[in-house]
Amino acid sequence: MSTDTQLDLWEVFIQSRPGSHYTHAGSVHASDNQMALQNARDIYTRRNEGTSIWVVPAKYVSASNAEDAGMFFDPSNDKMYRHPTFYVMPEGAKQI
Amino acid sequence: MDAIAIENAFQEKIDKDLNIEPKDQMPEKYRLHLIRQISQHAHSEVIGMQPEGNWITRAPSLRSKQILLAKIQDEGGHGLYLYSAAETLGISREEMIEQLHSGKAKYSNIFNYPSLNWADIGAIGWLVDGAAIVNQVSLQRTSYGPYARAMVRICKEESFHQRQGYEIMANMMKGTNEQKAMAQDAMNRWWWPSLMMFGPHDSDSPNSGNAFKWKIKRQSNDVLRQRFIDKTVQQAEVIGLSIPDKDLKWNEEKQCYDHGEINWEEFNQVINGNGPCNKQRMAHHIKYHNEGAWVREAAAAYQKHINELN
Ligand SMILES: [Fe+2]
Ligand SMILES: [Fe+2]
Repeated sequence: MSTDTQLDLWEVFIQSRPGSHYTHAGSVHASDNQMALQNARDIYTRRNEGTSIWVVPAKYVSASNAEDAGMFFDPSNDKMYRHPTFYVMPEGAKQI
Repeated sequence: MDAIAIENAFQEKIDKDLNIEPKDQMPEKYRLHLIRQISQHAHSEVIGMQPEGNWITRAPSLRSKQILLAKIQDEGGHGLYLYSAAETLGISREEMIEQLHSGKAKYSNIFNYPSLNWADIGAIGWLVDGAAIVNQVSLQRTSYGPYARAMVRICKEESFHQRQGYEIMANMMKGTNEQKAMAQDAMNRWWWPSLMMFGPHDSDSPNSGNAFKWKIKRQSNDVLRQRFIDKTVQQAEVIGLSIPDKDLKWNEEKQCYDHGEINWEEFNQVINGNGPCNKQRMAHHIKYHNEGAWVREAAAAYQKHINELN
């Protein structure tokens, strides 16, 4: 039998409405970006789930390591002053 | 980390109801359990296209043909979502297909029964997809992230499958005596295999311990089967179909239906390859997989060509 390649893996991101974030939807197998886009359309948007699709070769996605999450996200942990709730509003002042 | 430390950290996460993601450390047995379950689920979606595909060209109207095509296309999509989820555990699509063809990986027993006439298409959508929904709704909370997310997507699509099947049955029950008899006949043939879809009784499934401990499974076979029966009996009554179970009766105390004995001998026969269509289903899949090889080869050659240009 011939070598049965299943082609490259691509990650699929879908924008559900114009202006909204692209959200990861899943992955497809494809030989090139055209095929990846068409497969993504057929697999992930059969019911108007999207207005736009991004496909990215999975091998180019770099991911942070879940085990290092504590250390990796540490720089922001102690900076409560980045949140509005940190501040005391003078009595009687209205929210803008 | 050694194996015990990994297992403890893993179980701690599970106990806190946190999802496990592909890059997280997990016990090897959990990984293998999931590969087996998700790939079998994927194969079921794909093999399940065959009994319904059998009726596309003979659908009684353009409307019903369009609906059936869309439904079957969804099932192909479900297979792909699930193959993708299984791939995140380190098995390739190619290996999964090989395991299906060699018989190492199974698929749902229900698809080894034939679809003899149009009423069967109604019964499959109503009963088989109905049973699948009950199972898949429960799996939306399974512990492995990619599997749980695939289930959420699938459940959104399944409800139309169940409804279109029920509509076919309801329409036939409004038809001639012959049409009513066809609908009842399909009901009689599909009811028991649908109950078997939930697997052995809890008392006979000794291996489900890990599945519960790891929260792959959230509800037992019997609980899910009961839920399906209670919902479906009511729908059958509304359209005038009877349930082919003389022991079925409402249990006032438990507030659910008691049902008759399931024929597990038949279940085991079909699982072991002796159902009416096992050979046909596999031969069909192998034939079209092999005949499609040139498409994959052409795509791979094109990919190589593109890479050389860049
Ligand atoms: Fe499905
Ligand atoms: Fe379905």
